[in-house]
Amino acid sequence: MNDYLQPNFTNFSYIVASLLFIFGLKMLSSARTARRGNMVSAAGMLLAVVATLLSGGLSFIWIIVGMLVGGAVGLVSAKMVKMTAMPEMVALFNGSGGVASLLVGWAEYHRAGSMEIGIALPTGLAVLIGGITFTGSIVAYAKLAEKISGKPFLFPGQNIGNMALLAIALLLVVAFSLLAHGGPGVPYTLLGGLILLSLILGVLVVIPIGGADMPVVIALLNSYSGLAACAAGFVIRNNVLIVAGSLVGASGLILTSIMCKAMNRSLANVLFSGFGSAAPASGGTAVQGEAKPVSAEDAYFILEAASSVIFVPGYGMAVAQAQHAVEELGAILRNNGADVKFVIHPVAGRMPGHMNVLLAEANVEYELLVEPEDVNPVISTIDVAIVIGANDVVNPAAREDEASPIYGMPIINVDQAKTCIVLKRSLNPGFAGIQNALFFRPNTRMLFGDAKASVQALIASFKEG
Amino acid sequence: MALLLFTFVLAIFLGFELISKVPSQLHTPLMSGSNAISGITIVGAILAAGLLEDGSAFGTVLGVLAVIAATINVVGGYVVTDRMLGMFKPKEKGKP
Repeated sequence: MNDYLQPNFTNFSYIVASLLFIFGLKMLSSARTARRGNMVSAAGMLLAVVATLLSGGLSFIWIIVGMLVGGAVGLVSAKMVKMTAMPEMVALFNGSGGVASLLVGWAEYHRAGSMEIGIALPTGLAVLIGGITFTGSIVAYAKLAEKISGKPFLFPGQNIGNMALLAIALLLVVAFSLLAHGGPGVPYTLLGGLILLSLILGVLVVIPIGGADMPVVIALLNSYSGLAACAAGFVIRNNVLIVAGSLVGASGLILTSIMCKAMNRSLANVLFSGFGSAAPASGGTAVQGEAKPVSAEDAYFILEAASSVIFVPGYGMAVAQAQHAVEELGAILRNNGADVKFVIHPVAGRMPGHMNVLLAEANVEYELLVEPEDVNPVISTIDVAIVIGANDVVNPAAREDEASPIYGMPIINVDQAKTCIVLKRSLNPGFAGIQNALFFRPNTRMLFGDAKASVQALIASFKEG
Repeated sequence: MALLLFTFVLAIFLGFELISKVPSQLHTPLMSGSNAISGITIVGAILAAGLLEDGSAFGTVLGVLAVIAATINVVGGYVVTDRMLGMFKPKEKGKP
């Protein structure tokens, strides 16, 4: 069948497709070329699919049915999804890639009936990684879409239990690999057990992770889906799967490490600590002082007089769908003579780059988007910092309170701006469950209410004034 | 097998080299764009769904499900990435 030495046309097409993926990915990492890069990589995918279809010996009917169904679902959901719901959409696409690799491994074994160890091993790995990616992504989706609580779900012995299950899964992979040459029977049972266990593991490893850590999880699951495709490549002895899968595996790992660095935490800490669940007991120093609420009208007077303003958006802006209103307020402030910037923390929101996407949707020019290290050195010269639905990324405890779980995380030092206006529903702590000293600082004003409504009230005041 | 491993190792290193520095603005598109690439498993899915020899119905069912899932990943991933990247616009010149 599809032996390693495939017919020349197919093999040649796969080489070209691999090159297109490499160039596409390279172009995706630079702003100027990103959109073309995505097209280049899509062209590589099209070429790989066409070459496979033309490789001969295939019955098209079921392939076409599958592609039509999958294509329609993918197209409609990609076109319909709101930008604010992008993290959960990406999670679902990721999961579908994972389950596809699982099914490919399973189908190959089902057809072959017996496998050499060199093929059985990657089959087991494709099933294991693919299964974890699938259910892990679904749990991530459910948390992000708030179908289930975003809080870490913890129980005693969780880490040890998960480790034990993972060890059993790896043993199953080994046993399956060693026995798979003997024909179906016991090996098939082992594979069945592995499929079941990998699906359970996916749920168990993601469920203890809190909503605020989702950027790391999504990036990591992305990496897994690549590795699963890579393992599937070893199963069918196909280079293009191996190349494309490893590229994705590597890029996902890089993003994961960028996200971990932005929170000053190790990957192990993100995955196993159940971060934020023990919050009330944390924090050596009690938060002092009283929060000062402010009305939209008073906030308007503060902003009206400001000559430099920064916006610090967070997940709350996404929840309130406030990005268009925020853009409008920014434009008004600039017309009013203020210097306006949007400061985006790398882990603000629920996936890497979440805030950038939302502000781009609202037509904020990307020259106005800056990173924390650009602003922190000059933040004491900023008249007003407006915090919209961000919490942990502006919590001064990260700088000051060694007992705080987020101590050491790089933050945006909005507490050092001349005035800080925080738009928030209530004084409740953020997703990480940590009380925020910022709300009680003398130069902080709390503008309570829905973020979108509050921003619209400010816009209205400017229009009247 | 050794050759496949060789390819694997090289591709992993290439992946790390290619995108070691990414502006944070592009994190989401890079993620969803690379996510679409991981849909390459569609090649395996097509073979599983379409190979006729000793065709068992259950094997075909698995293959078709794999094709559906992989196609969702590929089509959805590329389209959504393009949608996002289409929103990133540089400042228009001459704008006040």
